[in-house]
Amino acid sequence: MNMHSLILRTAGHFLLPLLLLFSVFLLLRGHDEPGGGFIGGLVAAAAIVLYLFSMDIQSARKVLRVDPRDVLGTGMVLAVISAIPGVFRGQPFFTAQWWEFTAPLFGEIKLSTVLIFDIGVYLVVIGSVLTIMLTLAEAEE
Amino acid sequence: MEVVMAIVVGGLYAAAIYMMLRRSIVKLVIGLVLLSNAANLLIFTVAGMTSGAPPLISPGDTVPEGVSADPLAQAVVLTAIVIGFGVLAFAVVLIHRAYEVVQADDMDQMKDTDR
Amino acid sequence: MMISVALPVVLPLLFGALSVMLWRSHFAQRSLGVIGTGAMLVVSVWLLADTWEHGHVVMEMGSWPAPFGIVLVSDMLAAIMVVLTGIIGFATAIYSLSGIGKMSEKFGYYPLLHLLLAGVNGAFLTGDIFNLYVWFEVMLVASFALLILGGERAQMEGAIKYVTLNLLSSMIFLTAIGLTYGLTGTLNMADIADKLSTVEDTGLVTVIAMLYLVAFGVKAAAFPFFFWLPASYHTPKVAVSALFAGLLTKVGVYALYRVFTLIFNQEVDFTHEILLWVAAATMLTGVLGAAAHYEFRRILSFHIISQIGYMILGLALFTPLAIVGGVFYIMHHIIVKANLFLISGITFVMKGTHELKLMGGIYRTHPMLGVLFLIPALSLAGLPPLSGFFAKFIIIRAGIEAEAYWAVAVALVVGLLTLYSMIKIWAEVFWKAQPEGVETDDVTSGPMVWMWVPVIMLALMTVAIGLYGEPIYQMAAMSAEQLLDPSQYIEAVLGESRQ
Repeated sequence: MNMHSLILRTAGHFLLPLLLLFSVFLLLRGHDEPGGGFIGGLVAAAAIVLYLFSMDIQSARKVLRVDPRDVLGTGMVLAVISAIPGVFRGQPFFTAQWWEFTAPLFGEIKLSTVLIFDIGVYLVVIGSVLTIMLTLAEAEE
Repeated sequence: MEVVMAIVVGGLYAAAIYMMLRRSIVKLVIGLVLLSNAANLLIFTVAGMTSGAPPLISPGDTVPEGVSADPLAQAVVLTAIVIGFGVLAFAVVLIHRAYEVVQADDMDQMKDTDR
Repeated sequence: MMISVALPVVLPLLFGALSVMLWRSHFAQRSLGVIGTGAMLVVSVWLLADTWEHGHVVMEMGSWPAPFGIVLVSDMLAAIMVVLTGIIGFATAIYSLSGIGKMSEKFGYYPLLHLLLAGVNGAFLTGDIFNLYVWFEVMLVASFALLILGGERAQMEGAIKYVTLNLLSSMIFLTAIGLTYGLTGTLNMADIADKLSTVEDTGLVTVIAMLYLVAFGVKAAAFPFFFWLPASYHTPKVAVSALFAGLLTKVGVYALYRVFTLIFNQEVDFTHEILLWVAAATMLTGVLGAAAHYEFRRILSFHIISQIGYMILGLALFTPLAIVGGVFYIMHHIIVKANLFLISGITFVMKGTHELKLMGGIYRTHPMLGVLFLIPALSLAGLPPLSGFFAKFIIIRAGIEAEAYWAVAVALVVGLLTLYSMIKIWAEVFWKAQPEGVETDDVTSGPMVWMWVPVIMLALMTVAIGLYGEPIYQMAAMSAEQLLDPSQYIEAVLGESRQ
């Protein structure tokens, strides 16, 4: 799997944090504008896959710190749970709930179950893509 | 524009069916990829093509001004692409493992379960 | 507001997600498997009760009003199917406690089981045609992965055929959805039904109807699209086979019932005449295939096909009694067929093979299992007083009333041939002496107890449906009445937004 390219390896080191930051930006931007959990998750997964290509599987697993299946599971739980709060207000499943409050330094903040769902999707995409990629990469060796 | 799209969609379907009729499993999967793209383009086309009018609503309004593209068809196509992506990722893993087990990229070597 | 309509979909998703999260612990996954499917069974019975009381239960997901948002709709047919999913899911989860093995659990058996059940329930309950496609895909992805758990050569070969033909049918389905949307400008099934009746170009409507027929025909394994089924259903783990045999093809049948009663009911003479031929050919080819084979699960697989024929026959005749018969048949078939597959798993543990020629003598050592096999086997063949008798009786009576005599004749002959192949299994596996010179693994009775529980449970249900069939008949009758009067469904879904 290792491509033994100095350029790729150096670039991978710098690109990983940048791409991860960009993926979070996409995730949060999806609130009102184009973006969202799916595309953000793909970018984050692509960042780690790039790292996997430039280094090797062990270091990719190390940089991920947790098993991708844990990421997948957490994401799925978050996504399903985000459907539930509406029910307690007597509304159907998946009805979005909003909480607005003002915090010092940040100004007005809007939180919603939609955001939880998006974070869930983000984690599911990262988890499933990396599970597949790491399985394939390990089968190659 | 619709006529061109209709020809493209028809060509994609034909190419997909041709690929799927080959004996190679890799070509079979390529055929499936083409088929899913053909279906997505078809939905995109039949929903009506509107150029340069994204279905965006300016602040303060509740309905878009004038004629705009149909957002539902776009949402449907997007969902179908995502699903197709997932299913085809699986299909690739499957043919990879099948190749490891069967050691041949040939449908004719896979007749054991039909006997 | 009734949340019972969403719970059969949300619960398995939640339990599936939890068991992905706890993938390290076999114990947690097993517990979640049994608890999750048990809870699903409970909420599905709750949904059935709600539906029985109100006729239709509707929920607009995310509060987006129909026909713009996605609705979940439960009518009697959908509620019955969801309860059956609960029963089979629960039975499979219990059976898996001793019948699936640690390796499969490691590769995500339980999460996939939950995901599959969520997909099946979603397909039954959704009121949106594109959402139906999404649930089909959820179900298929889960079933692909379940099919290759174990990774043997036969499984790979079977899976490639299964994946290809099912993906092909999904794409045909997607094409049909695209054309429907182009024609009506809506994806809500009730709204499509409402709008299609005003479309003047009935030729185009019939073309789209045929696309749906092919797409769902592949999923339901109807003639001439059934080839993937006997090539793949005998390859996976027994618990997985039982789950597939009980539920997956029936989702295709359900979709046919839904689409050809609610949406495409304009040119009944043409569409349902085709369905009639499909039904007869499906019955006949399935049973002839079964007669030619000597592998336990292959025989059962071919019988799924022939039984699908009966269900489509009920739809094709399109009279109230025929629909009642079709729905009754689905209920009987799901329970019986899953049970037969589960029994084939027990005999596999005893003899180490599925080949009939290499088995024998089980009645001598385990008479109890012989009786447990005979109950679903004879029910499948349609012997009174078991559930299959009433199912066949209603359909054949409806066929005579509709004057489709040749279809009735086919159905009767197929019943006879079914009896022949069930007797073949009985004679080879249970009655004849163990062939000499064949090594058999001896029975390990300890952990097998969980394999017996669901078998006994399902056998009791078969007898119960046969002896006390009246409430089942009432439910089937109510679903037939709803299916033949689509305006009820349309009113239930669109009623509020129309005012």
